Amino acid sequence: MTMQSESRDPLLSVRDLRTWFHTFSGVVKAVNDVSFDLAQGEIMGLVGESGGGKSVVGFSILGLIDPPGRIEGGQILLDGEDLAKAPEDRLRKIRGREIAMIFQDPMTSLNPVHTIGRQMDEMLRLHTDMDEAARRRRCIEMLESVGISQAEDRLRAYPHQFSGGMRQRVVIAIAMLAHPRLIIADEPTTALDVTIQSQILKLMKRQVADHGASMILVTHDLAVVSEVVDKITVLYCGQVVERGDVRDVISAPSHPYTRGLIDSIPNPDHRQPRLSQIPGTVPDIRNLPKGCNFRDRCPRAQALCAQEEPKLAPTRQSLFAACHFPIGTGGDA
Amino acid sequence: MTAMLDVEGLEQRFHLNPGLLDRLSFEGGRPRLKDLVVHAVNGVSFSIAKGEVLALVGESGCGKSTVAKTIARIYDPSSGRIRIEGEDITEYDHARLLPVRAKMQMIFQDPFASLNPRQKVRDIVAEPLLQQVGDGARADVADKTEALLARVGLNVEHGGRYPHQFSGGQRQRIGIARALSVNPGLIIADEPVSALDVSIQAQILNLMMDLRDEFGLAYLFISHDLSVVHHIADRIGVMYLGFMVETAPRDQLFVKPRHPYTRALLSAAPSIRPSRMTEEIELTGEVPSALSLPTGCCFRTRCPFAWDRCAVERPVLQDIGDGQSAACHLIDEPERDNP
Repeated sequence: MTMQSESRDPLLSVRDLRTWFHTFSGVVKAVNDVSFDLAQGEIMGLVGESGGGKSVVGFSILGLIDPPGRIEGGQILLDGEDLAKAPEDRLRKIRGREIAMIFQDPMTSLNPVHTIGRQMDEMLRLHTDMDEAARRRRCIEMLESVGISQAEDRLRAYPHQFSGGMRQRVVIAIAMLAHPRLIIADEPTTALDVTIQSQILKLMKRQVADHGASMILVTHDLAVVSEVVDKITVLYCGQVVERGDVRDVISAPSHPYTRGLIDSIPNPDHRQPRLSQIPGTVPDIRNLPKGCNFRDRCPRAQALCAQEEPKLAPTRQSLFAACHFPIGTGGDA
Repeated sequence: MTAMLDVEGLEQRFHLNPGLLDRLSFEGGRPRLKDLVVHAVNGVSFSIAKGEVLALVGESGCGKSTVAKTIARIYDPSSGRIRIEGEDITEYDHARLLPVRAKMQMIFQDPFASLNPRQKVRDIVAEPLLQQVGDGARADVADKTEALLARVGLNVEHGGRYPHQFSGGQRQRIGIARALSVNPGLIIADEPVSALDVSIQAQILNLMMDLRDEFGLAYLFISHDLSVVHHIADRIGVMYLGFMVETAPRDQLFVKPRHPYTRALLSAAPSIRPSRMTEEIELTGEVPSALSLPTGCCFRTRCPFAWDRCAVERPVLQDIGDGQSAACHLIDEPERDNP
């Protein structure tokens, strides 16, 4: 494979992305001014709780937002090409070929009435000009590389004949078939058991490295993220509240929300009688408070937080946080 | 002291009734109709003292939820004994179970499916208590319901709302209030925080721990999440394919796991903190079908240590000291313990 340009331009650059849903009960600003860069070969974790907007970012990149949702503004630059403005027929060529997606539920992301072989073949038929024999060889190779034995026979099997973990392997195989440059994995292991989860995470990491691809791992599970990704972007109410290298974010986050998320995970090394919890619940996204979205739940909130919306700014090391009073700077004991 | 809950040799089999052709097989040229039986729980024994938290962990299909539902007598056990405070409830019918339900309540995983969408919250919470005391005491029940709602962190005016008006965490609070209404000594909690976001999960776990201290509750806590289990449990039972493969006090299990499956489970669990665990056992393959259990040890098809004895002889749970038991032949032949 020839390496694309060696320039330092990121593979994917999302700028001020806004994806809003116009519902009867108001405008849901599911993604509101989200920006991040992803370099070639990099794995980024997109983290947050339900309703944070992390899946919508993934769907926006693929152009899979349906009404009442709409990309209202911003750019999604894949190698300089703005996908937010690309016509549907161009997006169809990009999906699967340049960008592949792995969904959460391996039970529903495969077509139950077609064989695995046919679903794999479809990908190559649409996106390559290989002949039938070559396509078949490639499918068998790919199945073997994701750890499915007797690949030749398995091509004739239907999805229901596989277990959940095996199905997710097939989904990964299909995603990698056309050598995509970017993989968006939306909660790929959430439906799987922990021993299977660790197999699949290792497999995904190896496949991404082998193909020199980049990956966005969308998940709510900070533990999964910390074992797989290079950097983390944390979303809250549709906005980036913190981003940085994985080690910095996990070991010493500067946004109180990230801190709260990490502290809510029980720590087997330091068992405490009570878990530290983030009080309250996520505010209604149709009706966000003025100022900082997190202030009602934040232990560090002050008067300024109610008046002015914090902007993403560097705090320390590799970290950027959207907080007026980030942890570890001025006024901390 | 009699145990709050005592389970002995519990077995649960489900008979599948597939079509005639699926059951048809030929043995020596002769047609046979075979029975398809799911062996969900295979001879599980344990007991829970008053105020104790026992967690059952394992992967999907290991039978942990079936154990919970069988104890709650949602299923009728195939064999074995279930005793609540010494009272054998294994054969009780619906009517005789009613007073038992005042001692044992259940919290379910899915807070969206476990509340009746057409009942108001205060009626949901009052229901089990009304079953116990009858309609005569409605006024007392109403007072008690309000107190319960306040105790689990909801407002009194929430009582007049319907379940769909609440978030997942709040619904789980409603489920907890409902379970508490009859002052049970034992709460069976089947994955109570699995459907919740991590910040909400911490709130619910803290609430459950507070309630345990306040009311002296015992929990049978079913979960697949080891970090949650480590936080809440006094004792942990590890299940695989319907068998209990290891039980131990919490710290003992995390520090000195003995069964290869427990060790694999601990090493596979993703952790946010750089792990102190040095051992890495990676399992290959998947859990065998409960329709046809492997001969000998249930875990041998995935076990990195398995040798010929494991295929012939089924290991039984044996005491290895400090309250820990494991079902593994490695205990007799420790020299084989290096893969």
